Amino acid sequence: MANPLKCDLCAKPATVHLTQIVNSKIHKVDLCEACAQAKGVTDPSGFSLADLLLKASLNPEPSGDARCESCGFTAQDFRKTGRFGCPACYGHFRGLLDPLLETMHKGSAHTGKIPQRALARKTLYERLTRLESDLDQAIKAERFEDAARYRDELSQARSAATRPAQDKHED
Amino acid sequence: MKINELIAAHSELTDAAAGKSAVVLMTRIRLARNLAAQPFPGWAKEAQKREIRDQCMQAVASLPQMKRGLALPVESLDELQKQILVERHLISRELSHAKSGSGVVISKDQSCVVMVNEEDHLRIQVLRAGFQFKKVWATINALDTALEEHLDYAFSPQLGYLSACPTNLGTGIRSSAMMHLPALVISGQMDKVVRAVNQLGMAVRGLFGEGSDASGSIFQISNQTTLGESEEGIIKHLHGVLTTIVEQELNARDKLLEADPNKLRDKIGRAFGILQNGWLLNSSEAMNLLSLIRLGIDLGMFADTQRAVVDRLFIECQPGHVQHAAKGAFEPNQRDVLRAERLRAEFANVPAPDFTNATQ
Repeated sequence: MANPLKCDLCAKPATVHLTQIVNSKIHKVDLCEACAQAKGVTDPSGFSLADLLLKASLNPEPSGDARCESCGFTAQDFRKTGRFGCPACYGHFRGLLDPLLETMHKGSAHTGKIPQRALARKTLYERLTRLESDLDQAIKAERFEDAARYRDELSQARSAATRPAQDKHED
Repeated sequence: MKINELIAAHSELTDAAAGKSAVVLMTRIRLARNLAAQPFPGWAKEAQKREIRDQCMQAVASLPQMKRGLALPVESLDELQKQILVERHLISRELSHAKSGSGVVISKDQSCVVMVNEEDHLRIQVLRAGFQFKKVWATINALDTALEEHLDYAFSPQLGYLSACPTNLGTGIRSSAMMHLPALVISGQMDKVVRAVNQLGMAVRGLFGEGSDASGSIFQISNQTTLGESEEGIIKHLHGVLTTIVEQELNARDKLLEADPNKLRDKIGRAFGILQNGWLLNSSEAMNLLSLIRLGIDLGMFADTQRAVVDRLFIECQPGHVQHAAKGAFEPNQRDVLRAERLRAEFANVPAPDFTNATQ
């Protein structure tokens, strides 16, 4: 062969060529004998192409110095482990992630369950924080009419928060 | 509940509804969940991990579904106890190897389990004997919703539930069925089935997950993709594939009986003979023999009531269970003696196979 295919994982000549169709998209993986064995491609009890694709698509990328501001995880850590450091990494490494999602999943947007209660709680928490700071500022600026209004809103929101959760959000 | 009580108690897989289903032994769904604003277990520092564990375990243990269950840090379990939990599919091998800062909460009936600080902060799992996706999904969905009352999950409206590994992103769901496919194995069609299932974007694994062999002709088949489709959609898709595999297996059984009934009778008859009279059985051989007996039950050669016995023995002939029953740690060759002894006792009073039914 003039130009033999190289193994996606270690760059040795590839002898195992695998084609998998996921959601009518064709994915091709070329592996050398050793990597194919190691990844269980020849094992009848199965292997995970998603894992393989993940690692294969991570390898050729030039490394960046991006670091998650929340947890200090780096793009290189992700390339090495295939896992993220914390939930905020998903925001920081979006550029790295997006091309992977297409090959890994059926789409790149979540269409499943939503944690209604947790989200409602978060919204309420954010509202309380905002009202508290508004109230603070109104008092400092001696806008007492505004302050009274914020105080009422705040006590209303607080009493809503202490009511049993079932009353607040139906799911 | 204490760990030894739990091990001694009847479990969902070894007793409960077991033995009703001919091909699907067990249905299982797990959800990956994480706390917002906390590093994932693989990246968290020891102190953070312990803090996360305490918060999660307290929340999980307070759920009504987990009432009178068991909640333990993994480091409080000895090796044999962990092995037994792995063999019952209650915890993963990964969790059993966790050094510190991980935990597990198991419901009293052993059908609901939450692993804490495995790959994700929370791995919620519900399993039931038989082919029961509707029921399992309803149970785990309610469990997850109840837990969300106490914990702030890491969630993004675009990407869904955020998981340590992006392969679990979105719904965080892995739904799987444990299938007994002896006729597809005997007739050499299993490779074809694995390839077809893989091409549909689903995974096939052995009895104990990644890298385990398929002794006993038992396979786990599960969804691979978690993002871009709803939980119900994923389950429905998998259910369709599994239903087709069940049909294939039943067809393969008919064909085996038609083409060479004596070969099949011989295999099942010999399996029965060895189980009644063998003195050395490793777990792989025991699984394969039990698998043939289960096939014989499905074909009417043994009483239907034996199916539950075989399903229990699939688990009780694993190394951890064998050692636990004999109250000690034993070398593999000693275990083979103990296992054979146990199986001889179990099969001593089972009536010989009735081959006249087998050609139906």
